[in-house]
Amino acid sequence: MFLRMIKGILFRQWKKMLMIAFTIALGASLASAMLSVMLDVGDKVNQELKTYGANITVIPKESSVLSELYEVEDSDKVGAYLKEDELGKIKTIFWAFNIVDFAPFVNADATLDDGTEVKVVGSWFDHHMELPTGEQLDAGVASMRSWWELKEGTWLDEQLLDDAENGAMIGKSLAQRLGVGSCDMIHLKGKNGECELKIVGVYDAGGEEDEQIYVLLDTAQALAGLDGSVDKIEVSALTTPDNELAEKAAKDPSSLTAAQYETWYCTAYASSICYQIQEVITDSVAAPVRQVADSEGAILEKTQLLMILITILSLIGAALGICNLVTASVMERSQEIGLMKAIGAQNSSVTLLLLTEIFITAVIGGTAGFFAGFGFAQIIGRTVFGSAISLKPMVVPIVAVLVVAVTLIGSIPAMRMLTRLRPTEVLHGR
Amino acid sequence: MSLLELKNVYKIYGDLHALDDVSLKVEKGEWVSIMGPSGSGKSTMMNIIGCMDKPSKGEVLLDGVDISKESKKNLTTIRRDKIGLIFQQFHLVNYLTALENVMLAQYYHSMPDEKEALEALERVGLADRAKHLPSQLSGGEQQRVCVARALINYPEIILADEPTGNLDEANEEIVVDLFHKLHTEGTTLIVVTHDPEVAEVAQRTLVLRSGKLSKEVVNENFTGKIHFDS
Ligand SMILES: Nc1ncnc2c1ncn2[C@@H]1O[C@H](COP(=O)(O)OP(=O)(O)OP(=O)(O)O)[C@@H](O)[C@H]1O
Ligand SMILES: [Mg+2]
Repeated sequence: MFLRMIKGILFRQWKKMLMIAFTIALGASLASAMLSVMLDVGDKVNQELKTYGANITVIPKESSVLSELYEVEDSDKVGAYLKEDELGKIKTIFWAFNIVDFAPFVNADATLDDGTEVKVVGSWFDHHMELPTGEQLDAGVASMRSWWELKEGTWLDEQLLDDAENGAMIGKSLAQRLGVGSCDMIHLKGKNGECELKIVGVYDAGGEEDEQIYVLLDTAQALAGLDGSVDKIEVSALTTPDNELAEKAAKDPSSLTAAQYETWYCTAYASSICYQIQEVITDSVAAPVRQVADSEGAILEKTQLLMILITILSLIGAALGICNLVTASVMERSQEIGLMKAIGAQNSSVTLLLLTEIFITAVIGGTAGFFAGFGFAQIIGRTVFGSAISLKPMVVPIVAVLVVAVTLIGSIPAMRMLTRLRPTEVLHGR
Repeated sequence: MSLLELKNVYKIYGDLHALDDVSLKVEKGEWVSIMGPSGSGKSTMMNIIGCMDKPSKGEVLLDGVDISKESKKNLTTIRRDKIGLIFQQFHLVNYLTALENVMLAQYYHSMPDEKEALEALERVGLADRAKHLPSQLSGGEQQRVCVARALINYPEIILADEPTGNLDEANEEIVVDLFHKLHTEGTTLIVVTHDPEVAEVAQRTLVLRSGKLSKEVVNENFTGKIHFDS
């Protein structure tokens, strides 16, 4: 009978429940849109920050001082270098396990046969290392530039050494300008030597690297005459977010007390990892590249806060709307409710009936709202963040709980009215 | 022992004595009419007898139980078990079919039983309208559904507040005939009405005036059949 009554309401009075369903749908759609965007964009930004790999750069001390003084960017003009044979030491520091990747870089200027000046960068691609600790490691730009899009050909494969020595990867715009593609040969003349290289791949990095040629470290060193030296090391490390202690230490580690120093040294702050890298690489300055990350993080946090606020407000709005609609519906149906009570229904069974109705309406509205919200999230994702939003499974239970909670809270006043309603007040048509 | 006994019952709203020292007895199987001008307290009395309201003062004994002392919840149970209600405005649930409306009373009473509900509709001559919604029924038909709903749980008393107030003569007659049938089966009937023709059918007519019982007329030649003057 209960089911027949519910069916009766839903099939014969669906128009009345429609407004309630719609209100719930509206609230649910906003909530699920905001939650989807919030959770997914958070992940996206984090992922992107991770993909943008290096969060620590190591450069020679002198060039660091000079570039600070004169704001010179090109460290290779200065004539100070890091030692290549010290690179492995990076994996011997206290936080070695947090160092996920690193790669050395050497810049070499070269001219082509036709006189075009090009910038050649030497690095590791997937350099295999056996560390003193017995650990094996593959490091290099293949993983640290994972966002590069291969337009043509393949990545330079360091394991096929014969080929690799004479191979090069070329940036998309440079390749276009020179009119070359994969398998073409180019002849480079550097400060200290020349070489004939075969282009194995064309990449799209979406930045200044599109105007460069990437070769093996050795090749670039030979061109520039910098055997055993590197200009810069990029390190990708997992770090603990900074706090006051880390900030204080970053300014001057010697200002810490012994205990603070201990804590700081043994926590994977970017600054303590930098400090430890400096300890093992002679005459180096390691600095976290975190300005970008920090400000993006801050914006992200603010955006998320804003979205939480919108979600809360929309849910409050929905609760008020539901409250109004359900109360109106109980008022409109007061005769029916009074009658049920008159023919023997206890408060509990009438309340249960109405709550079940509202609950089913909420489920329908909530489901519709959820999908609408997910679509809405896609629109937000594309227009605001320029990427599609993927569905996080977590959103479903959260939205479900929110919908149920909001619906129940919104129904409280109506349910109170319902239990207070006396059949005599409504049945005699006064 | 009488089925129903009111002893010095008062219902007071502020200064207004809606019922003012009413005492009466109704025996089992009796058919009683209550008449009186508007505002004289008829509905108030029916509400009290029907366990939907409590008197301000006095005792109401139903089957020997003083219902003026019972809790709201118990009153609901007593009402469900012993009383069938018929209203002037029918009060059918508009999204349930005639049959389901009858079953609703069974549902709140014990267990819905479709067969029995259909039989009840048959008794009021509406078996063929069982699947109709109230909006698809005429006023007379709706009131007959109400009668079916009131009798479905075999109540001891059927209380009807102006059951024919919204009906034409033909339907009035059908409803009164139903009452007559119920009466011959031994059901106690208390019928409030403005209509002297409907009142006269009963065995006894009580007249309320300003909350007081002012007159009692016993129908000597009771037939249980309505007869119109015209
Ligand atoms: N809840 C209430 N609060 C205040 N006064 C009430 C209430 N219910 C009824 N009354 C008053 O009690 C008196 C009797 O009302 P009642 O409904 O019993 O009259 P009635 O005889 O049924 O009239 P009618 O023939 O118009 O239905 C009326 O004056 C009415 O205004
Ligand atoms: Mg009345």
